[in-house]
Amino acid sequence: MFTRFAFLRVLSLVLLFSASVQANQVNVYSARSEALIKPLLNAFTEDTGIKVNLVTGKADLLLTRMAREGKYGKADLLITTDVGRLHRAKSMGLLQSMDINSVTEMVSKRFIDSDGHWIALTTRARPMMYLADKTDVSQLSSLFDLAKPEWKGRVCIRSSSNIYNQSMVAAMIEQYGEAKVLEWASRFVKNFARSPQGGDRDQIKALVAGECDIAVANTYYLAGMAVDADKATSDIAKQVSVLWPDQSGDGAHINISGAAISRYARNKENAQALIEYMLTKKAQQWYAQDNQEYPIVGDVPWSPALMSYGDFKAQKIALETVGERNAQAVKLMDKAGWK
Amino acid sequence: MPKTLPIVACMLAGLVLLPLIALLLNLGHWDPETWQHLYQHVLLDYVLNSLGLTLGVGLGACLLAIPAAWVLTQYHLPGRRVWQWLVLMPLAMPAYIIAYTYTGILDSSGPVQSTIQSVFDVSVGEYWFPNVRSLPGAIIMMSLVLYPYIFVLARSAFSEQSDTLKEAAQTMGYQRWRYFFCVALPLAKPAIVTGAALVMMEALADYGTVQYFGISTFTTGIYRTWFGLGNEQVAAQLSLLLSVVVLVVLLLEQRSRRHLSVATGDNHTRRALLHLSRSGQFWTLVFLLCVVSAGFFIPVGQMLIWIFQRLNSQEWPEFLSLILNTVTLAVAAMLVIVLVAIIIAYARRLSTHVGLKLLAQLSVMGYAFPGTVIAVGAMIALTRTDYWLNDTLGLEVGLLLSGSLFALVFAYLVRFLAVAIHNVETGLGRVTINMDMAAQTMGYSPLQRLQSVHIPLIKGSVLSAMLLVFVDVLKELPATLIMRPFDFNTLAVRAFELASDERLADAALPSLSIVVVGLLPVILLAYHIDKSYQPRRTS
Repeated sequence: MFTRFAFLRVLSLVLLFSASVQANQVNVYSARSEALIKPLLNAFTEDTGIKVNLVTGKADLLLTRMAREGKYGKADLLITTDVGRLHRAKSMGLLQSMDINSVTEMVSKRFIDSDGHWIALTTRARPMMYLADKTDVSQLSSLFDLAKPEWKGRVCIRSSSNIYNQSMVAAMIEQYGEAKVLEWASRFVKNFARSPQGGDRDQIKALVAGECDIAVANTYYLAGMAVDADKATSDIAKQVSVLWPDQSGDGAHINISGAAISRYARNKENAQALIEYMLTKKAQQWYAQDNQEYPIVGDVPWSPALMSYGDFKAQKIALETVGERNAQAVKLMDKAGWK
Repeated sequence: MPKTLPIVACMLAGLVLLPLIALLLNLGHWDPETWQHLYQHVLLDYVLNSLGLTLGVGLGACLLAIPAAWVLTQYHLPGRRVWQWLVLMPLAMPAYIIAYTYTGILDSSGPVQSTIQSVFDVSVGEYWFPNVRSLPGAIIMMSLVLYPYIFVLARSAFSEQSDTLKEAAQTMGYQRWRYFFCVALPLAKPAIVTGAALVMMEALADYGTVQYFGISTFTTGIYRTWFGLGNEQVAAQLSLLLSVVVLVVLLLEQRSRRHLSVATGDNHTRRALLHLSRSGQFWTLVFLLCVVSAGFFIPVGQMLIWIFQRLNSQEWPEFLSLILNTVTLAVAAMLVIVLVAIIIAYARRLSTHVGLKLLAQLSVMGYAFPGTVIAVGAMIALTRTDYWLNDTLGLEVGLLLSGSLFALVFAYLVRFLAVAIHNVETGLGRVTINMDMAAQTMGYSPLQRLQSVHIPLIKGSVLSAMLLVFVDVLKELPATLIMRPFDFNTLAVRAFELASDERLADAALPSLSIVVVGLLPVILLAYHIDKSYQPRRTS
């Protein structure tokens, strides 16, 4: 009896959750967490009547799942951060081209895949951060300066296992070549104030606590801290100044979050509609104001926190190359001893 | 029944091994260039850190669990029965969550160091303070929440040691300490080693804590190779290397359990508790209080502070469905897993077939693999089956297995079978061969034997297997995250999502909910332990 009960229980769960086909819906695999994306998806459902079904997860594993599910997979749309992942999805043959004619006027060409397999929704930047009243940064204008001996024991940055660092180094390799970047990284690592640990917010906290003089982190986290409900957290963020690197050179490192339509999408039109919706002014404004990201569409105002970090010149390299050089970047950081 | 049972057990064990086999088939060819790179730069780190972590957590958890189990089985203490379940409470705390909370408390911008800085007017770097995000930090964090696995087993082992033994030792002039080290501890060793093996496997499989602390271990290395280097094959080969370590741990454990058939005395002798001196009592209570506070009350307190800081921004109604999902899933998985464990454990007892023994042995390995590796293995196995159903058999069922909750329950089975089997087998070990033979001479059929001899004796172990599995499923993250169907969230998923977005304070509410839901079975377990080992009162 015990067996039968367990069996029936599992069977009922299986039947309950498998294959519930609805007409007007779109299935989304998202590497962005539910809290970051649900308000937008709800608004989409309200405005269009299209129901959105969501699975969130780590980007790499979502790609693995899509690959394994293949033609029977239900995903229509993939949303993820980091161009490296989008590129990888494309090269794994998981995507199909979308109709980009409707959006090319709004989004600059370099934020759209050349075959129309993915499109950026927002950008994010990874500048240096410091405390204006404590650290003199007049001699500091690029990450390369941070490899100089005067910065010994003064830099906070997270582990090289993190995709933001991998993409940043991949972009540097693309710009300056492997040899130069390896030499930089080997010295840069010696200037770390502590063995890499924690997330981006932790680097900012360590900076303010006095563990280091320079932190490298995404503006997204700094701005997120600045608007945090907890006063202690927002106070920390308010002490921090942003230093945009390479402003007279190639520009600061940026990355994107983006969307792509699955190769086996059954609700392709709805997926396309959702992408277009995420590029509307309304949605972009939500990204910029509530989510502290840089909108991809030109004339959408930034959040006050992002405004306060100032305008900046961004890197112009082809974004695909960042994805292509990811493995190279990881190996390089291994060689440099970047934990 | 006795004939079919081993066959069913073999099939189940084989099923459980499928994900690992799927990974092995993925091994592909040798890639000397990548291995050369790993060997030159990172492999030594992976090996040393993983070893250090595993041994450290095994030792650390023993140091907390054994004294606690000893004092609570041997001595009169104020509130002894309350302590018995208080010491189990850290079981409900996921390791990555305790790691996050302690970082919040102890890092350079946290309340403790801020106080030091303002009181002594010093700034960071001018005073010594231990770094939580370090290997010793990780060892302490994991020991604090994993020791109950050893405690549960050590406790019942100590309780079952008969008074006759103690009296014999006393007549031989053994003092308390000497009795503990020379008699009680060696007799309890099999149980302790079993618990330690579970704990060590869990430490080896940890990803959340080491990743956050920036410690390179095998698990972070597998991730890095897989997704950073984009090299699935070398990642699978690294997993294989990891499984060798696991096999060694398991072999050591088996060796120590071979002596389990030593008579552990009869359960009917209700044992008398000893009295401690006043200072002895004081220090014992201080020890217990420290363990429970560090493993439970302090992190829970920090979470409560975080929750109250942002009471207004929480989405309460959604929580009900989160809890409901989580509990349903955990109950379903618990029933399936313990049932499979009982079948395998019984078959192993009834049959001496070498193949079965080997299969059963291997089937518990999933516990030591990172959840993600298991999840991907299960995904490969299930999608292949789905393709076979659709394409070969022509059934138009789509992703019947891999796209549903079945996939999750299956992944949990692979991952947590070890916990259930170890507990059930510890219970079965209590049923001596003599009892079986006595029942046989009385003409009992195996089924009758099961009903009237075995079930009453192993009931407790099955219960603890169920509860431990329930708590484990509750806390499980990687497989849940990647294999769940559309719009199916659990508490662990919610906590992880917020924490991975570095919103630790927002993650406090779902994290605390995991702890609270997990407390229920922990209390049940404690209640059961209390009931089954009620010692004789002496005055």
